[in-house]
Amino acid sequence: MRILGNKTVGQSTSTYRGERGLAASPLRSAIRRRAPWLRGDTALAILVLIPSIIAVAVFIYGFIIWTGYISTVKWNTVVEDHTFVGLQNWIQLFKMDRFHWDLRNLALYAVGFMSQCIVFGFLIAVLLDQKIKGEALFRTIVIFPFAVSGIVTGVAWRWLMQPTTGINLLFVKMGLENFYFEWNAHPKWGILAITIAAAWQFTGYVMALYLAGLRGISEEVREAARVDGAGTWALYRRIIIPLLMPVTFTAIVLTGMGSIRVFDLVTILAGPAFTTDTLAFHMYQSTFGQYRFSMGATVGFFMILLSLFLVVPYLRSMQFEAER
Amino acid sequence: MSLQRFWSRGAIYLVLIAFCLFYLMPFYVMFITGLKPYEDLNVTRMWDLPKGIYLEGIIEAWKRVAPNFRNSAMITIPAALISSFIGSMNGYVFAKWRFPGSDTLFVLFLVGMFLPYQGILIPLVRTLQIVGLYGSPVGLIMVHCIFGIPITALLFRSYYASIPNELIDASKIDGCGFLGIYRYVLLPISMPAFAVVLLWQFTSIWNDYLIGLVVLSSPRLAPINVAVQNIAGSWSVEWNVQMSAALIAALPTIVVYLALGKLFMRGLLAGSLKG
Repeated sequence: MRILGNKTVGQSTSTYRGERGLAASPLRSAIRRRAPWLRGDTALAILVLIPSIIAVAVFIYGFIIWTGYISTVKWNTVVEDHTFVGLQNWIQLFKMDRFHWDLRNLALYAVGFMSQCIVFGFLIAVLLDQKIKGEALFRTIVIFPFAVSGIVTGVAWRWLMQPTTGINLLFVKMGLENFYFEWNAHPKWGILAITIAAAWQFTGYVMALYLAGLRGISEEVREAARVDGAGTWALYRRIIIPLLMPVTFTAIVLTGMGSIRVFDLVTILAGPAFTTDTLAFHMYQSTFGQYRFSMGATVGFFMILLSLFLVVPYLRSMQFEAER
Repeated sequence: MSLQRFWSRGAIYLVLIAFCLFYLMPFYVMFITGLKPYEDLNVTRMWDLPKGIYLEGIIEAWKRVAPNFRNSAMITIPAALISSFIGSMNGYVFAKWRFPGSDTLFVLFLVGMFLPYQGILIPLVRTLQIVGLYGSPVGLIMVHCIFGIPITALLFRSYYASIPNELIDASKIDGCGFLGIYRYVLLPISMPAFAVVLLWQFTSIWNDYLIGLVVLSSPRLAPINVAVQNIAGSWSVEWNVQMSAALIAALPTIVVYLALGKLFMRGLLAGSLKG
């Protein structure tokens, strides 16, 4: 990381002021020698940042640690209980049937949601990149669902997924007379049906990322490939898709995070028993439904740990890009 | 060649139109169902247009969610304004007043943008209870402002980073300090960034469900999405009312999106690609 190597603008002013020199107290001269940036306007800049630093430190990092602590005590009733129980909550969680359902559903949801978003997002972006008339209109429509909330999405799709009507009826009307599927209420694949609604909402975002990526690939690169005899297929497979790897990486991280935290859609589209249960929903119900705070904290902390697998590599790549 | 080109172009448009129909389908269903009268709600005629425009569903839904719509406005507008202002100050420091460790600090800020809120909800509720802001709109505004710190700092930082340092240095020679540069040099040219950030914060705070549900769940004070879920959760409510309520909840963000779609795109891209 570039820290001091990059001469900050703040540094020059503060040195300038320092040279003119106010009364030299020992502290001040120590600051001048050790940390010339900690004076004048830079100090003011840091001062401006301090409330936010405190807020982030407390509300994000502090709270995560606090949640971790709650997961090690016996606070499983309304009354706050700080009796230390070690990993008991964790062991209980890992043995829990519901937790196994959550992990299975997370895996299915992630596969369904990520693949739909990435495949369709990429496909639509490529099609829109073919000098399409009315591109802006198509683009607006595809991103449109992203403007509405998960709850609105869920309400609309719950109506569409009613077994007696909705999509089933549409298929029947199109001639598939015996078409019947339970969608989100399906005892086995309900969670995958929910990913259809989720991907409906989020594909536009992924499409926008890919479209921006495609626009960033210069015409010369494509031309050079064509001169070398690459057909359209080879151009995409060998040149464009590899060049868009950073975008794909971003899309994987964002859709992966979305899979870990999905809550509003499964609240509204819940299927029977735990067939569509998720970690987020489990956490919410344990905590605010059953007042098993320590169990809720355990699930919440587990979600944080899971998401670090995505966040850390992502931030590293961002930093890497910023340094170039 | 040209015939082949004709067919391949035609195929592209067909696929795109098919996708568009898919993305519009739920909106179509929401609209036509919301406009149907109670007698016309028949599962076998779900896809048919209403026989006329009946506003009873919308009126009934509005009766139920109007207070919550107002709550959401009273929470979203101040929260979006305050967090944009905080973000612009932070972004200014991160972009133009770097100090040792400021980059690390920035990355630590960003982590907060990604982590699932479930990992901080219990301490959040406890803290709000202790300071007496649990169940109050002010508390929810504060929480949205805090959780907005990372994304707003990121968006403003990338905007200010694109402004040449020479401009800052020149203002310094003219005698501007930290605040002077912000007030007289950067703020007047920050409007595009403010628009993007305000839009982003507006949509994400308006569309929030989880934090509103946890912090402000009393039916009278709850934000709109919590109210819509309550309506949808009680199976006794008719579909036309449910769909109308969902449309009402979606309306502000839809209007904003249609009016300012370009900025919205820019926010989307800046929010994810890089700082």
